Amino acid sequence: MSGALVFAWSGVVLFSLGLFGFIVHRHLLRRLLAFNIMGSGAFLVLVGLAQDGRGVDPVPHAMVITGIVVAVASTALALVVFRRWYRASGRTDLPEDT
Amino acid sequence: MIGLWSVPLLFALPLALGIISLLATPAWRARLGLAGLPLLLAASTAVFVHLVLAGPHTYALGHWGAPLGISLVVDGLAAGMVLLTAVVASLCALYAWVYLRDQPPSTSFFWPLLWFLWAGMNGIWLAEDVFNLYVGLEVMGLAAVGLVALKATPQALAAAMRYLLAALLGSLAYLLGVALLYANYGTLSMAGLHEVATADVTTQVALALIILGLLLKTALFPLHAWLPPAHGGALTPVSALLSALVVKGSFYILLRIWVMLGPEVTPFATAQLLGILGAGAVFYGGWMAWRQHHLKQLVAYSTVAQIGYLFLFFPLVTGTGPEAARLAWDGTLMMLIAHALAKAALFLSAGNLILAVGSAHIGHLVGISRFRPMSLFSFGLAGVSLMGLPPSGGFTGKWLLLNSAILSGQWWWLIVLFLGGLLSAAYIFKVFRMSFREGPQIDHSASPPLLLDVTALLLAAGAILIGLTAHLPLGWVRIGSPFGAG
Repeated sequence: MSGALVFAWSGVVLFSLGLFGFIVHRHLLRRLLAFNIMGSGAFLVLVGLAQDGRGVDPVPHAMVITGIVVAVASTALALVVFRRWYRASGRTDLPEDT
Repeated sequence: MIGLWSVPLLFALPLALGIISLLATPAWRARLGLAGLPLLLAASTAVFVHLVLAGPHTYALGHWGAPLGISLVVDGLAAGMVLLTAVVASLCALYAWVYLRDQPPSTSFFWPLLWFLWAGMNGIWLAEDVFNLYVGLEVMGLAAVGLVALKATPQALAAAMRYLLAALLGSLAYLLGVALLYANYGTLSMAGLHEVATADVTTQVALALIILGLLLKTALFPLHAWLPPAHGGALTPVSALLSALVVKGSFYILLRIWVMLGPEVTPFATAQLLGILGAGAVFYGGWMAWRQHHLKQLVAYSTVAQIGYLFLFFPLVTGTGPEAARLAWDGTLMMLIAHALAKAALFLSAGNLILAVGSAHIGHLVGISRFRPMSLFSFGLAGVSLMGLPPSGGFTGKWLLLNSAILSGQWWWLIVLFLGGLLSAAYIFKVFRMSFREGPQIDHSASPPLLLDVTALLLAAGAILIGLTAHLPLGWVRIGSPFGAG
């Protein structure tokens, strides 16, 4: 087992942990943190898997940088919507489906 | 030549307009919007005309080729979607220009969000590699969430939050799938993947993740729960944009990836399963639409049902003959175009009825037929296409799907097409029954501005016309299609 696969497997574990938290928690801030952990897992898989013997590959790095930008933007938007929802309703979770 | 130069304008124009209008005052946002619409419409038309005259081509943005640069493919389907987006979004924006005058000033953020949404959608239609599809999907999705949150009621904010969580989960699943594909093949280009992809475990896990993520974003039954509150609860022009165009974005990616990889890589059962989920969506969405009392919720559940028809594509192209596959391709695209026009018209005319009555409750529509015949006429024309009655686009699409199902010997999909049509008729006529009933409840109604009715009518007429002249759009989207020009 090469070093690269250690990173990739850590990524898979992080992704699964994040997914678990995303589903289990109701508090929106916790779900948002879980989403960010999932995202880090996906990025680790991207860079971890793509380094076996092909030398330095810039493409996954470019993808991860783009992915981080997207994740930051998503998190910022989610925080804004969450704050407005909290101010309007006083709740930190979403109402259950009717 | 102009057509080729217009390709980068499809991104540069909406992004520039979006940033400028973020800095502008509310009044200038609307003016800038009106000035920008014809420009973007002209650029989209130029790209489309260039495709029809010169055939499909690829375009490297800034002469930077793949893999680090972004290359774009303009084929019949992509250019057709660009033009469809331009037409539907322009009419919805015209509607919004009038509609937002009576709304709080903060809703003028509609304009920058519309431009970002538009840029994201153009990115999806033209992208050649699976990662740029992801970026387009995110730009479109985040702008769409912002649009839902524009109506700052607690219900709309909860709907926006739910929509955002679903969209984030879907795009991460998609991204992980892309990561696995890249690790396996060292390429992200769709054409490249098509050449080298084999049915090994990594590819199947990657495709499963990609399909699951996109199903969540397309709101296919049973992953549809976020859609009705988001689409039904948003401002009327936003509802129309989301239902007509935005859900098609993730479906389009699924369609492209399936055509490039699916038939060779995925088991036959996956395609059947997608078809069965589509059938479930048609029945459940139609049934729930019929049960709604809120007019826009009814239209939103109708979207859940209509998405189901699009998923009949997968069983009809996988493991069937070339003729059946070609019919399914044509039929699905026809359904997609017809639904985009008809659903935008249905939401806009429903919004007009709500403005006229002052209530979104269907029971309050009693007697409205005497006051707002034009709004009801648009609603009815759009309904004809959704029910699949001739001579509408919805009829042509269903007819092609029906022929494909018969030709490939999968008779069970016929039941879905017939019963789905009956359910659509049930919920459309529920609205009409109320509107034509004479009652003591109202003796007057508000009169929304004429332009609101005109935009809805134009879209509804488009849904009918596309059926009458079906050979033209079908001929155009076949240019460069994987199913040949036949």
